[in-house]
Amino acid sequence: MSQDYGFIRDWITADSKVLDLGCGDGSLLLQLQQKHNILGYGLEIDPQSISQCIARGVNVIEQDLNKGLTNFADGSFDTVVMTQALQAMRYPHLVLDEMLRIGRECIITFPNFGYWGTRAYLNFRGRMPVTKQLAYQWYDTPNIHFFTYADFEALCREREINILNRRTMAEDFPDKQLKNLWPNLFTQTAVYHLSRQ
Amino acid sequence: MSSESTSKKSIGIVKTQSVRISQPLKLACGIVLTEHELIYETYGELNAQRNNGILLCHALSGDHHAAGFYEGDNRPGWWEHYVGPGKAIDSDRFFIVSVNNIGSCFGSTGPTSINPQTSEPWGASFPSLRARDWVESQRLLMEHLNIECWAAIIGGSLGGMQAMRWSLEHPTKVRNAVVIASSMKLTAQNIAFNEIARRAIKSDPDFCDGNYLQQVKAPVRGLALARMIGHVTYLSDELMGQKFGRELRIGDLVDRNADPVEFQVESYLNYQGDKFSDSFDANSYILITKMLDYFDLSREYGNDPVKAFGHSECNFLVISFSSDWRFAPERSREITDALLAADRPVSYIEIESDKGHDAFLLPNARYEDALGGYLSRVADQLQGGA
Repeated sequence: MSQDYGFIRDWITADSKVLDLGCGDGSLLLQLQQKHNILGYGLEIDPQSISQCIARGVNVIEQDLNKGLTNFADGSFDTVVMTQALQAMRYPHLVLDEMLRIGRECIITFPNFGYWGTRAYLNFRGRMPVTKQLAYQWYDTPNIHFFTYADFEALCREREINILNRRTMAEDFPDKQLKNLWPNLFTQTAVYHLSRQ
Repeated sequence: MSSESTSKKSIGIVKTQSVRISQPLKLACGIVLTEHELIYETYGELNAQRNNGILLCHALSGDHHAAGFYEGDNRPGWWEHYVGPGKAIDSDRFFIVSVNNIGSCFGSTGPTSINPQTSEPWGASFPSLRARDWVESQRLLMEHLNIECWAAIIGGSLGGMQAMRWSLEHPTKVRNAVVIASSMKLTAQNIAFNEIARRAIKSDPDFCDGNYLQQVKAPVRGLALARMIGHVTYLSDELMGQKFGRELRIGDLVDRNADPVEFQVESYLNYQGDKFSDSFDANSYILITKMLDYFDLSREYGNDPVKAFGHSECNFLVISFSSDWRFAPERSREITDALLAADRPVSYIEIESDKGHDAFLLPNARYEDALGGYLSRVADQLQGGA
């Protein structure tokens, strides 16, 4: 996870206003505050994560993303970020629309279900993949939508979302070497930088 | 966690202090109090930089006795669970000031004080007050204590309104505002409950148009009734169900001849009403409920809360409780949304609780954790940490 912050930092301008949806313990916002002097807010519902944010001086708002973001005005943020949470949303496409309404730009990271490792898991074991990234059993997982790099690309095309940047991430050999060639197969985590067209 | 923290040490024996503020206090209504008395308590030590002060703002029926015990008395202050050494509002790290506000009835100038112009108690003629008058009086106390800027101002309910008002009136004199179970203005329903309470008081024949002190009477029945109504609204239906259900204190509903019958909840409410009417002043109750009704954070900012909060310079922590229907979580979310729209630093938490509006006074592990975590960072910053 710490690695995708690198890309994210590069895409966020100093002194800008950033909203992090599902901000967890606030690590990303804290980094951005310290390195980019951003005005950041995180939305979170997990009480423990919220307490961690508060204790480290990260602005956090207790708000359930699935209940909508209508309290945020159009274009009220420079960047809206969501790391590894889109797959847990009730309606990911609508959340994406909302992110692009509230922010001038958006940054999304998600686990690529098209990664060869998860494909192999399902193919050969015949069971739903439980991996380092998707570490839950099927019956008790917050991840209710599984989608691939290719699926997300298609969604952006369909909804006329502009892809400013994309990064593919993988940890091990040969994935690292092959992810640029066959991203849908060798990417573990996809990172997208988006805007409205 | 809460059982662990209840065992945390109390600040111990505390003493009440008082100060006669001789600077004139010009009230919002135009009347000038040439001087006024303030009763207060302090916990902890003011540091050399004089920047670790925390102001506690009490609510409708609160007083200056927030923590510790008086000599020979075993009743702790109203925020004992949260104020003291090593507690969420830590007297080892902060200099905590808790003041009884003017218009109240625990020693600070109010309706039971003598009006110097008539040499009689003010009674019902005590000038009408606004939250800003409390803020101004607190600012005069701040000058007396030689404090330039509060590290934090903390308050629940009407206390939260004062904290917000401070942030707008004196933006450079407060670094953090903790606004708990509060609202930018009361709803119609909330004003309605206050009016019922006032009507109850005024209907008591012993109220004597507010001049009961002169006639050596006390409208205790009316005040008790007012408190009973208020008390019901501060609890949640769920909590009352759990606490009392339909338990009987006296009598038996199976035996049809058994009279009288008294439900536990009746007995409880009557007790609460009587206890309150013995210790609180009816004119103060009327005065302060009106102050609540009149409060509207953004009135003079074009009724725009975003514009209002644009004047603030401090960080905010906003806290609400899920079962609070008198100052519902929606009200706190409105505060938070306005702060967000004004680009102000804010955190908001909604604490799961079945204790209604009273929850802000009661032990709750998550509440304690958030408040403690927030203030601990404030203290770290004062010491030059991250």
